[in-house]
Amino acid sequence: MAEDSVLGMSVSALQMMLRKRSVSSVELTEAFIGRIAAANESLNAVVTVCAEQALEQAQEADAALGRGEYRSLTGMPILHKDIFCTRGVRTTCGSKMLEDFVPAYDATVVTKMKAEGAIMLGKCNMDEFAMGSSNETSYFGTVKNPWNLDCVPGGSSGGSAAAIAAGMAPLVTGTDTGGSIRQPASLCGLTGLKPTYGRVSRLGIIAFASSLDQAGPMAHTAEDCAIALTAMSGIDPGDSTSADIPVSDFHGALDTQIDGLRIGLPREYFNDSLDNAVRERVMAALAELEKAGAVLVDIDLPHSHYAIATYYVIAPAEASANLARYDGVRFGYRCEAPQDLEDLYRRSRSEGFGEEVQRRILVGTYALSAGFYDAYFNKAQQVRRIITEDFHHAFEQVDIIAGPSAPGVAFPFGTKQTDPVAMYMEDIYTLAVNLAGLPGLSAPAGFIDGMPIGIQLIGKPFDEQTILNTAHRLQTDTDFHMARPTLQGLAS
Amino acid sequence: MSWEIVMGLEVHLQLATQSKIFSGSATQFGAAPNQQADAVDLGMPGMLPVLNEEAVRHAVKFGLGIGARIGKRSVFDRKNYFYPDLPKGYQVSQFFSPIVCEGVFDVPLEDGSLYPIRITRAHLEEDAGKSVHDIFGHETGIDLNRAGTPLLEIVTEPDFRSAEQAVAYLKALHSLVTYLGISDGNMAEGSMRCDINISLREKGSDELGTRTEIKNVNSFRFVERAIHYEYERQADILDGGGCITQETRLYDAEQNTTRSMRSKEVANDYRYFPEPDLLPIVIDDSYIDTVRQNLPELPAAKRARFLAEYGLTEYDTNLLVPNHAIADYFEAVAESSGAPKLAANWILGDLSAALNRSELSIEANPISAELLAGLVSRINDGTLSSKLAKQVFEALWNEEGDTDEIIAARGLKQVSDSGALEYMVDDVIANNPDQVAQYIAADDAKRKKLSGFFVGQIMKASKGQANPQMLNELLLKKLEDQS
Amino acid sequence: MSVTSRDLEKMALLARLEITETDLPDVTERFSRVLSLVNELNTIDTDGVIPMSNPHDMEQRLREDSIAHPSDREALMASAPAQQDGYFLVPKVID
Repeated sequence: MAEDSVLGMSVSALQMMLRKRSVSSVELTEAFIGRIAAANESLNAVVTVCAEQALEQAQEADAALGRGEYRSLTGMPILHKDIFCTRGVRTTCGSKMLEDFVPAYDATVVTKMKAEGAIMLGKCNMDEFAMGSSNETSYFGTVKNPWNLDCVPGGSSGGSAAAIAAGMAPLVTGTDTGGSIRQPASLCGLTGLKPTYGRVSRLGIIAFASSLDQAGPMAHTAEDCAIALTAMSGIDPGDSTSADIPVSDFHGALDTQIDGLRIGLPREYFNDSLDNAVRERVMAALAELEKAGAVLVDIDLPHSHYAIATYYVIAPAEASANLARYDGVRFGYRCEAPQDLEDLYRRSRSEGFGEEVQRRILVGTYALSAGFYDAYFNKAQQVRRIITEDFHHAFEQVDIIAGPSAPGVAFPFGTKQTDPVAMYMEDIYTLAVNLAGLPGLSAPAGFIDGMPIGIQLIGKPFDEQTILNTAHRLQTDTDFHMARPTLQGLAS
Repeated sequence: MSWEIVMGLEVHLQLATQSKIFSGSATQFGAAPNQQADAVDLGMPGMLPVLNEEAVRHAVKFGLGIGARIGKRSVFDRKNYFYPDLPKGYQVSQFFSPIVCEGVFDVPLEDGSLYPIRITRAHLEEDAGKSVHDIFGHETGIDLNRAGTPLLEIVTEPDFRSAEQAVAYLKALHSLVTYLGISDGNMAEGSMRCDINISLREKGSDELGTRTEIKNVNSFRFVERAIHYEYERQADILDGGGCITQETRLYDAEQNTTRSMRSKEVANDYRYFPEPDLLPIVIDDSYIDTVRQNLPELPAAKRARFLAEYGLTEYDTNLLVPNHAIADYFEAVAESSGAPKLAANWILGDLSAALNRSELSIEANPISAELLAGLVSRINDGTLSSKLAKQVFEALWNEEGDTDEIIAARGLKQVSDSGALEYMVDDVIANNPDQVAQYIAADDAKRKKLSGFFVGQIMKASKGQANPQMLNELLLKKLEDQS
Repeated sequence: MSVTSRDLEKMALLARLEITETDLPDVTERFSRVLSLVNELNTIDTDGVIPMSNPHDMEQRLREDSIAHPSDREALMASAPAQQDGYFLVPKVID
């Protein structure tokens, strides 16, 4: 019986087993669907399961594998964050607004992964419209952290993170606008990669902040992320902001040789406000890399401090426009018995959007409104350039930059919910990477009181390979990424 | 009080492209509702715009056509407002950095003079959809077929001082864009819509008064009427000591009035910001050069050439040039017949009248340029008198064959044989001794009148086929001989 | 810059959101906290810095002017809250 033994395995291990035919895609699919059925009631990580469709695809994949025909993900069960539009499969974006929305199209990422042979098991819960760092803003309820059911999994790709950690799939997709892949990866003990802006097509991904959004993989290992990144990446004629840069075989090019690699440690990240336990774990991971030949260099990112203010102007401003299309006219939620058009707009939107989404729309509207554009939006775009140039200067000295992924481990539900600003601080180490459009990765760096914590590696534009290599080396020398939660106390 | 009217115009020009500005849906007019709206046009979640190269080329053509500066790095912005025909809740437009910057457009006026209008800018944007108010009772239907159709919004400085100038500008603009081939210029289908900014000020004043904006006027005639109406309305208010409210007004063609559009008054704050789903359009010199080299001859150049090359009058030129098809037709007839003035007369005279009577456009003209050239040639070489030519024209219109076939079939050939004509003249002189005597007795002025009698008689006898010029010469000579 | 409930109501109108009287003080208070966070921007000198809309200095690609695919109206309109005869319906709009 394949079942439980495969549930915590990596994509690369399962790929090998599928190709050797020591396990079938149908067996894998059944095993993961079985785990979803068993654990989801407690975790609430998955909002839609496509069992029947998945098994059909798995049968086709097995037939193909039988003929010796396979691509990188042939027969591999995966889950998509519910922000990726899936043709014929409800896509909610964690919102009441899209509770019944069934797209007539697939996101490019979905199409590409399907073309690589992946089997879609279903869709993962998330913060509403990807706005949140704890998965507490989802209309479909909070997601529990498999390492401690009283704690959040992080956000906004919290459902995706919890699903992998709990063995519901070996690979999931996420999106990261300010840290939404890296922070939950850190809080759930996973490897999560936010690629360079433009590396992965945004077409068919429900937009939050267009100039910051980027999709990426979350998995157990850097190796798995490398496999997935190749499958997801590439120029898309349908996305003007997707980059015309060749996609290499990131997995094939993985190299554990990091001798002489210069790793920059920003003084602004390792200052007094960094939690001591987090610092210890991150420094321990860096010590491993140093042992492997890397050179640690102190650097400055002098304007890091402004990243949060910059982000919380630009992201809400873009979101305020991106979310204007949810007006109750063509799709999505419409209020009962609207009196007139204005009533239709205002009630549909106020009833259909949750509190955090409405707050960000208001903030964004304010930042763009007459008299405030220069002081907020334009100013933030100027500071964005300054922050980006800080990184470019730093990369003249170093090959990659390292720091914490999140200020701490997973926190209990409700602790940061009432104060939006406290919640925003969760992304203090990740936001700047989105502003500068750089690739960033979070890899497991150990545990604090039994809860996982990650290290963040930041690369030069379109140089995902080097941060993947570094994380891969770390995972060759350590086994933090091998730990799995016990899943005690699950309902079933 | 004597008021001067000050106006600026904003024209929304629908660009002639196969597909929409940001999606691959067709732009064709008249499809079933929402049949030509894809996921991008409907503003569905996750959809992204991709820019149509033809829309960019058309905009650059326009810029070069008016000698404007081309924005080398133009940027799209989002204009945010809610309206059911605006699917995304924002219109993608160009606010901060348009693709066409300042230029000057010389507008030919009726008197043949040129009136320069300063163009402030022209920018690319997407059209909105259409609301249908009258078929669903208490509800409005939304059809998004038009959403995403490429528009070029052309904005002028407040340089107009009369309705006539405004109309002349619009006509010249219409002519230019159809010459450039960047728009079909079909006003009935909304391809060219005009917003008029109007204010009044005391004659001699330099300051601008409070303006109103009249939206979406879609014919030359309506533009003229709307301006006249709005002038009177504002003048009445000002004469009565009142103040003009700055507002958007709608022209009602049926009532011939303008009325306030209250719905547009609700807190207009468009919150423009750069569209993050699109990147800057970068246009380099070689692109501009290529477009410039492929520009057709434009109305101004054609006008000058017609005057110089064909010796036409300003008046005829101004009538022939604005419509590209008419100008081409004229040129074909002129070249083929070798008689440009005659060609112009026939095109602007009988042909125009016939087309008007049958409500046909020049494109549906049953008389090809070659056929008309045949007729003009036969007039020019004296085969046909103008009277006979009219008969032939009718026959050409009825598609009875070419000129020579019609002449042969009807025996319409002009009698230009001097022997035959001399015989006819002698005959009429011999048979009308009284009239001849009167003629001889008369002074020069009276003689001219009396000669008409003899011409009439001969024409009657020849069934109109006598060559009138030769006849006249011969007749005068013979009568002179009598005295 | 601080924000009043009245400012919030104006923003809500622009954004077509409804804030109830009861919620208004709370919403204003939380909004103010976010605003004081972003007011940090006032402390940095950005004179002469070109605003950055996109992380890479890329140029717009152009699409060939061709009709891509016929749109599947039925599938696209399947999620419409109210439709008839191919039109989306909204409460009567008066200009």
